[in-house]
Amino acid sequence: MNSKQKRKVQMSKWDWAFVICNTTFMVLFCIVTLYPVLNTLALSFNDGLDAVKGGIHLIPRKFSADAYRTVFNIQGIKQGAIVTVARTVLGTLLALAANALLAFVVSRKKFLFRSSLSLFWVITMYANGGMIPGLVLLKALGLTNSFWVYIVPGLVGAFNILVLRTYMEGLPDSYEESAQLDGAGYITIFVKIISPLCKPVYATIALFMAVGHWNSWFDAMLYNRTKPEYTTLQYELQKLLANVMQQSGNASSSGKTASSSKVTPVTVRSAATIATMLPIICLYPFLQRYFVTGLTIGGVKE
Amino acid sequence: MSLMGTRSPALKEKNTKAELKRQRVLLIIAALFVVYGIVFYYLPLFGWIMAFQNYKIKDGIFGSEFVGLRWFKFLFSDQTFIRVIRNTLCMGVINLVATTITAIGFAILLNEVRNTFGKKLVQTISYLPHFLSWIVVTGIVHDALSINGVVNELFVNLHIFDEPVSFFSHKEYFWPIVALSNVWKETGWNAIIYLATITSIDPALYEAAAMDGAGRWQKIKHITLPGLRSTIIILLIMNIGNVINAGFEVQYLLTNGFIKPVSETIDIYVLTYGVGKMNYSLGTAAGIFKTFVSLVLIVLFNFIAKKTGDERLF
Repeated sequence: MNSKQKRKVQMSKWDWAFVICNTTFMVLFCIVTLYPVLNTLALSFNDGLDAVKGGIHLIPRKFSADAYRTVFNIQGIKQGAIVTVARTVLGTLLALAANALLAFVVSRKKFLFRSSLSLFWVITMYANGGMIPGLVLLKALGLTNSFWVYIVPGLVGAFNILVLRTYMEGLPDSYEESAQLDGAGYITIFVKIISPLCKPVYATIALFMAVGHWNSWFDAMLYNRTKPEYTTLQYELQKLLANVMQQSGNASSSGKTASSSKVTPVTVRSAATIATMLPIICLYPFLQRYFVTGLTIGGVKE
Repeated sequence: MSLMGTRSPALKEKNTKAELKRQRVLLIIAALFVVYGIVFYYLPLFGWIMAFQNYKIKDGIFGSEFVGLRWFKFLFSDQTFIRVIRNTLCMGVINLVATTITAIGFAILLNEVRNTFGKKLVQTISYLPHFLSWIVVTGIVHDALSINGVVNELFVNLHIFDEPVSFFSHKEYFWPIVALSNVWKETGWNAIIYLATITSIDPALYEAAAMDGAGRWQKIKHITLPGLRSTIIILLIMNIGNVINAGFEVQYLLTNGFIKPVSETIDIYVLTYGVGKMNYSLGTAAGIFKTFVSLVLIVLFNFIAKKTGDERLF
């Protein structure tokens, strides 16, 4: 206490200068991070024609929710939302179950093929077939032009297994041993003992998977380009943005999305951006405590 | 151990058999996943054969004609591909250096913030962009840098620019734009791991240094940075292989006709010629080259780390 007080008294001119500079930097950092998001939000709620004039920063000048009405009436966006929710929920649950089960097997210290099985998966981290062989394979398996191309190919991944394995190996062996003495099989041990203890790491991994599913668009473009019924939200957003980016060169940007006078590409795109961001931003405060722990568990180790 | 030594081979075999039986469930699960792994990770490696063939979709891998190294020779005599390699590697290195330095700098500065609430708040805000998709981020970047975007507005008002700059029609701006987009998206996220490492440095070191009259900068230079060294090395090794992967989405989403010569990366090349023009053999050859470079970089970097006595991956 005493030394702390002493140090406070001793804070020199330079220390004060540093604190002020550092605080200013942090404030600027937050502004640079948040401004674009808030600006998009303001634009999305502004009247379309008015927004084209520019000069809107954090508050809409002429309030209107028409852009959102337009966005939610675009057929592709509606379908994309359904597919994206489906793939996020299903994909995350299945992948979490699969990765956890495999990590459980690899983390059993007595398992006979433990090291060779680990090696088998570690290799997949470095030797990558590439885009074209992957595409040929998925075509051959009949997974292209289907919903399952979002779920099956990425089901198990070495990185997730490593993170989960590291966590499971950190759990005390005594749980498993006593359960085995009581006659529990491996499946029971996995479901009833290991999994409940792994909740934090499961949450972290699930969060990463869910965000990955929610944000992905490339697979939709590569594998399901001709199937509008399997489009995803981000892919629809990409098409919308690409449309605008092309038009931004032209003097009069009145594309098909701007057929109504009250909405323009600027506001429609902003509304679509906010709509795809919304679920992540809403869940973010609740989930953020998980990924910090998860990252330090799996990050540097191995 | 000594007990094991006295056991006869027959008994050992019997024990192994008993163990195998006991682990039956684990074996079945492992086998199922091995089948999955072979199909989805190892079978594409078998597809590398296409790079040495004149692959035709109707003939398939087993029916297509072999052409040796023709596609590789084609790639390395193709000016576009050479430029694409340059773009990929340059942007990869710039991004890696920029994101690493900003993350370390941000972590150190954030660690100096004494107000716990402020620190938490800044950190929470800082990793929000990591969770936004590249589609959203490139949309934001495109907006901010457009002729009437916020950056031009600000710089013109501050008289840094005389008139608005059209950032996307000048080649020399593209690589910095990609680097800045990465920095905007990932600084806070990448800083998490550095911040965790800084927190784990023994506070006694700082106290001792303060006793000896070390200032803030000296403490950072002689305690914090050396404390971060092994984390930095490990993360660099982990990410160095990605230099060749660096950026597909940003470049693909931000590019336009003007800047294509500097924005095209290997992945975009594969997408254009391999998928778009259905030249699977060429696309596969480019993919093999990519995997090869990535492995060489990892092994090389690991070797250097070993030589300098640092932590290493393997």
